[in-house]
Amino acid sequence: MRNRPALIGDYRSDAVVFRSGVQRVWMGLLLVAAVFLTFGGSLGPIRLEGEWVVLAATAVFASIGAIGLNVVTGMAGQVSLGHAFFLGMGAFTAAVLGGVEGTAPALDPVTGELIQKVVLAGYQLDMLIWLPAAGLVAALAGFIVAPVATRLRGLYLAFVTLGLVFIGDHIFREAEYFTGGAFVGRAPAEMSLLGFRFDKPGEVFGVFLGKNQKLLLLGVVLLVVMGLAAKNLFRSKVGRAMAAVRDRDIAAEIMGIGLARTKTIAFVISSFYAGIAGALLYAVVGRLQPEGFGFALSIDYIAMILIGGVATVSGAIMGAFFLKMVLPKVVVWLAGLPLVDLVISPEVGRGVFDTHQFERILFGLLIIGFLIFEPLGLYGIWIRIRNYWKAWPFSY
Amino acid sequence: MSTLLQAVLNGLALAAVYALIALGFVIIYKSMQVLSFAQPALMLFGGYFVVYFSSRLGLNFYLAVLLAIMVAGLSGLVIERSFLRPMVGKPVFAVAIMTIGIDLVVRIITGNLFGVESGGIGATGDPWGLGLFIGDPAFGATFHWGDVVLNQRRFAAIVAALLVIGILLAFFRYSRIGLAMRATAFDQEVALTQGVSVSSVFALSWAIAAALATVAALFISPNTGTIDVNMFAFALKALPVVVIGGMDSIGGALLAALIVGLAESLTITYQPVYAGFLGGSFSQVVPYLVMFVVLLVRPYGLFGTREVERV
Repeated sequence: MRNRPALIGDYRSDAVVFRSGVQRVWMGLLLVAAVFLTFGGSLGPIRLEGEWVVLAATAVFASIGAIGLNVVTGMAGQVSLGHAFFLGMGAFTAAVLGGVEGTAPALDPVTGELIQKVVLAGYQLDMLIWLPAAGLVAALAGFIVAPVATRLRGLYLAFVTLGLVFIGDHIFREAEYFTGGAFVGRAPAEMSLLGFRFDKPGEVFGVFLGKNQKLLLLGVVLLVVMGLAAKNLFRSKVGRAMAAVRDRDIAAEIMGIGLARTKTIAFVISSFYAGIAGALLYAVVGRLQPEGFGFALSIDYIAMILIGGVATVSGAIMGAFFLKMVLPKVVVWLAGLPLVDLVISPEVGRGVFDTHQFERILFGLLIIGFLIFEPLGLYGIWIRIRNYWKAWPFSY
Repeated sequence: MSTLLQAVLNGLALAAVYALIALGFVIIYKSMQVLSFAQPALMLFGGYFVVYFSSRLGLNFYLAVLLAIMVAGLSGLVIERSFLRPMVGKPVFAVAIMTIGIDLVVRIITGNLFGVESGGIGATGDPWGLGLFIGDPAFGATFHWGDVVLNQRRFAAIVAALLVIGILLAFFRYSRIGLAMRATAFDQEVALTQGVSVSSVFALSWAIAAALATVAALFISPNTGTIDVNMFAFALKALPVVVIGGMDSIGGALLAALIVGLAESLTITYQPVYAGFLGGSFSQVVPYLVMFVVLLVRPYGLFGTREVERV
């Protein structure tokens, strides 16, 4: 049994978290690599620095959001274009609970004196409070939307979630007291966990770390926890119910699975992940604006799970890293090549496309390409490579 | 009273634009059960060529529109042939998400063609030559009836939409190709056995949708008569219109366009006065709110066919 990981003989082996020892080794190696690359300073010469840390930290936080979308879309088969709304709910909840209050001078209507009026809510609470709160508020939003969503199927659901993004966008713009208003925005929550600041450079275990390196470490820890939780969910009763609903909802219902209940759970869990991701994502940039949570953001996340691999935790992580870390670097590298820089140029107006435009085009083409050639995404490519080497030198 | 009349008139013009875009969605959906998110990008693409031919090359306006419709229709054909054809038989979501990818690519390319400035639809203030029709060459940009003002672009939108939709419905009803399209929409396999070329029906439906989007682009901003890349959000509002009507119903789409157009226009007029707390651009989310309400009551839209599932 030990050497035949593909052989599934009983429920126990069907439900293991890591199917083979190799997977466990890989997981461990990646974790060690993450810690090593961050702490590298004293442990060795290699260390992630500068832009790479920013990209890696963004990718790690985005992974959490992508896992969330994979729960509802990949596992439960409910295509949600509304992920941006839940990310936004999380981000702004966190910013309000953990952020700094904003004031502006105003005249007191009673006394006529000049006073400092609060124009931006902020309570500067501890991360221990605002991080779970961000997830819970987003989950609550998911719970409120779920009754509408569970009535609908297929494309109609996609539209309702799309509508949600536009309505959310409007609310975020208008609720200036909480969000800072359109095109102004506000600073994200202060990342202070029981007095330890993640958003300020400082020493950790005797090694001096930058702000983004600390954030990256935090992200990796959270990603491991939430990734394992999602993996656990997928093999639980609820997870199996979701898969059954995805594969054939009528058959699932006949087997005694409550459709509305299962879909609601999927939405709530997915929104919780999105809320957590949203709360943390903007700490890297240091600013969040209401208009950042539009349709385009939803597409980003759809693309992540599509390119990474639908319905797998590792696929979501691969997709997030590919889109947030590999793709920007590839585009910048391409733009630096001779001749190519006549077409793609870092400066706006010099080449045919600037790098940002080219990145969006490449992004669109990747969505199209993966759908046509490899619907399983990077995960599918990985499986194919693995199978090739497994059977080598025979073709199958 | 005149405020109400004004709002209704503006709403009708808005409805005309929505109807044109929504029809494109419905035609594609009926023929190949694909929901195309690429419609907004196609609208901008067609609109760009109107700007290019009329304002930048200085051709006759009607000729420019005709050429732009042809270019857009052709690009619709190319998109269908190269991206959609390999996806025949794949799950509907996969195809829908693929059209989002197409939308991204076309939108960026169009944005690049436009450059930073927005383009004017037609070189003059009266590109339709309405002044000549009513025998007054010095005709301004508006009709006046008392307090009610009808912007000439809005008038043209209503007339053009009625004309185009009429021609299209007649085409479906009476022509051989229209019959083939209806047969395909009814049942693809049966249509195939009767000798209908289903693949050319697919291609044609994309071409028609792109052409309709181009016509819609002419009227997208009735006040200034310009078009720029950020107006794709406007075309996206035709999606709730399609959903309200029911995705496979042409009549439903037209009625829904009317409902949404009027609702939006009335909101623009009355919401700032009576419900200002809802925010500045509240009218922009009205189509989505109407969609929520309709879907809560009727999950398949007003006239959509209820999905029948074989067990």
